[in-house]
Amino acid sequence: MAHDITIEENYRMPEPVRAGVETGSLTRIIQELVFTVDHKKLGLMYIAAGLLFFVLAGLLACLIRIQLAVPNNHFLPPDVFNQSFTMHGTTMVFLVGMPIAFGFANYLVPLMIGARDMAFPRLNAFGFWVFLFSGLFLYFSYIAAPGLYAAGAAPDVGWFAYSPLTTKAFSRGHSTDYWTLSLLLGGIGSVATALNVLVTVFCMRCPGMTLGRLPIFVWCMVVMAFLVILALPCLSACQIMISLDRYLGAKFFDTQSGGDAVLWQHFFWIFGHPEVYILIMPAFAITSEVIPVFSRKPIFGYPIMVAAVVAIAFISLGVWAHHMFTVGMVSLANAFFVTSTLLVSIPTGIKIFNWLATMYGGKLRFDLPLIFCIGFLFQFLVAGLTGVMLAVAPFDWQLSDSYFVVAHFHYVLIGGLLFTIFAGIYYWYPKAFGKMPDHTLGMWHFWLFTVGFHITFLPQHFLGFLGMPRRIYTYQADRGWDTMNLISTVGVIFQVAGILFFVFNLIYSFIRGKKSGDDPWDGWTLEWATTSPPPEYNFAKFPEVKSRRPLWDAKHPEDPDWKHE
Amino acid sequence: MNSATTDNPADWKLPSARKLGILTLILAESALFTIFVVAYLFYIGKSLNGPYPSDVLEFPLLGSLALFSSSGTIFMAERCLHAGNKPGFSLWWGITAALGIYFLYFTGSEWHHLIFEKNLMIATNTFGTTFYSLVGLHAFHVIVGVVLLLGIFIAAIRGRLQPGHTEHVEAISYYWHFVDCIWIVVLGVVYILSVRFQP
Repeated sequence: MAHDITIEENYRMPEPVRAGVETGSLTRIIQELVFTVDHKKLGLMYIAAGLLFFVLAGLLACLIRIQLAVPNNHFLPPDVFNQSFTMHGTTMVFLVGMPIAFGFANYLVPLMIGARDMAFPRLNAFGFWVFLFSGLFLYFSYIAAPGLYAAGAAPDVGWFAYSPLTTKAFSRGHSTDYWTLSLLLGGIGSVATALNVLVTVFCMRCPGMTLGRLPIFVWCMVVMAFLVILALPCLSACQIMISLDRYLGAKFFDTQSGGDAVLWQHFFWIFGHPEVYILIMPAFAITSEVIPVFSRKPIFGYPIMVAAVVAIAFISLGVWAHHMFTVGMVSLANAFFVTSTLLVSIPTGIKIFNWLATMYGGKLRFDLPLIFCIGFLFQFLVAGLTGVMLAVAPFDWQLSDSYFVVAHFHYVLIGGLLFTIFAGIYYWYPKAFGKMPDHTLGMWHFWLFTVGFHITFLPQHFLGFLGMPRRIYTYQADRGWDTMNLISTVGVIFQVAGILFFVFNLIYSFIRGKKSGDDPWDGWTLEWATTSPPPEYNFAKFPEVKSRRPLWDAKHPEDPDWKHE
Repeated sequence: MNSATTDNPADWKLPSARKLGILTLILAESALFTIFVVAYLFYIGKSLNGPYPSDVLEFPLLGSLALFSSSGTIFMAERCLHAGNKPGFSLWWGITAALGIYFLYFTGSEWHHLIFEKNLMIATNTFGTTFYSLVGLHAFHVIVGVVLLLGIFIAAIRGRLQPGHTEHVEAISYYWHFVDCIWIVVLGVVYILSVRFQP
């Protein structure tokens, strides 16, 4: 093809000659990983570390489901159960969702805007290593924090660590401190990386890449970074306050001395709700790239799509207390937070309709990325509908802290986020490694995981209706919860099998996968304008950008986009 | 978006990464301070026991004057830098650092007075908790600012400051102005508003 010649001649520089240890040796590989400031290596390290923590937190989830499979089960003692759901939640949010999002942003944002690296490469490495340390530090609590019978004790206060559970009186030992300090550290790393993403997008774009031509992926990552900048410091403030309470006798959340435990809930959710949107932004980002390429149509309603993510981010800053309807706020506050929460569904609905409109009339290519994105569309719709239900205060009074809520946010975070992460990994795998992911293995992964996911989480909606509260470690046999709990646990087997196919596919395709070439999906954004995998400097010569689909212009000089935009 | 100006690489101008970086950091820091300010406001008049703000707090006139005027002196230093006046820059920059250090000394003696004479500690009541955490967080930022100021000051008097460092200097001055602005908020909330509430 014509554009292949352009890639070969214009975007390649001679390989740099380096002194030192010979390439390929183990020392050299470790050296490269530890010393690197390359955004692509750091991006892959973020994703790899995120997947590692995903497996850990997944194993914890398996323990939880085994314990709940039958009534009056004694598989886990109650304290270990509490530790398991706390570590599962904390890990999935802070050590899986955010790092993988940062990994995608790191790898793709500079490539998509035609830059050679992030704005601050060393800060980027700092952010990654701080995150990794905070994760290892959190898990170190299993060995180090003194617990019962001199065994280790992981944090057991739940991922939102409501006060007064975290006070010295109720949380003895150091497990809560491990949680606090780990999140404080992780917050610093996240803010550093988010700052880097923002500055990169605004200050490093190649000529012609105006804000109106940024891929929607980049827009979503900008919005995510912006939310991280605003929300994560609030979490850091919370952690500082807990530490002051625990170690200097401060009274922030000490109700006996005039402190206020509800204040903790407000402060935590002022961070916590934007956090949910931080986690869903990468899903929007990936879907907005995959659907157009695999429908062979430009994205429908680009300006509206951008306006919608910005609106979602803006509204998300004012909805936090919908997590607290059962606390008993004044009715004006209830009304405000119901309304603001319902408002979110408008821009979110716009996004769903625009993705459907992009697919409508398109030449759909059912490759792995699109299949996972279609799964996302349906599941995210279900998550959105249960979200709208929970946003209504009287409904929430009935179902808050029940398994309905558990089902709701697992549909958001697995059905929404995780499915698009899989889509993104399959879509950009050829970019990162130059090999195609195996389609058959991927289909096994998709079907096993999708079926398992619904078997596990669909019944949990009904368990919620039947009154099963979240975070109970066992239940009696006469509650009518046994069958659905058993079904829910059976689903886990399918999910684990799906994940095994996924991991096997990643390794198998790396070794045996067929060569992908530079641009296997016939993409339109700039990351496909360079080689796969890209050289360290990304682009020897900055690409020419005159429209939202610069590569379409390069491949179709007879009918370029910029004539129509 | 298709105008000739955006498509001509020669006209392609982007904001400075260092400046946007420090502004983003300031945004994050503002979020951090907001939580502590809200906590202070929330607990005004809610302490179960004394001492109360109206009993013990005195308006920190000299400290505030020092900090506010340091925003002026750092502005003068930057003007000298842009005019190429190196000794003038070192002088004004040094004065800025000295004013910052004086502010820290002032806060230190205020805390000494509160702790040893007024018996107000972080564990005394919610006023003590929110007061020391908010003012302490600000003082911590002043310490960081002073360290940065001194770093540039030492580089300047040793003649190590190159024209390429202008943006670093500007970034530090942005940060210093931010620390100053936060003090306006702290002053208003702690020393003007909360002392008006009688227990």
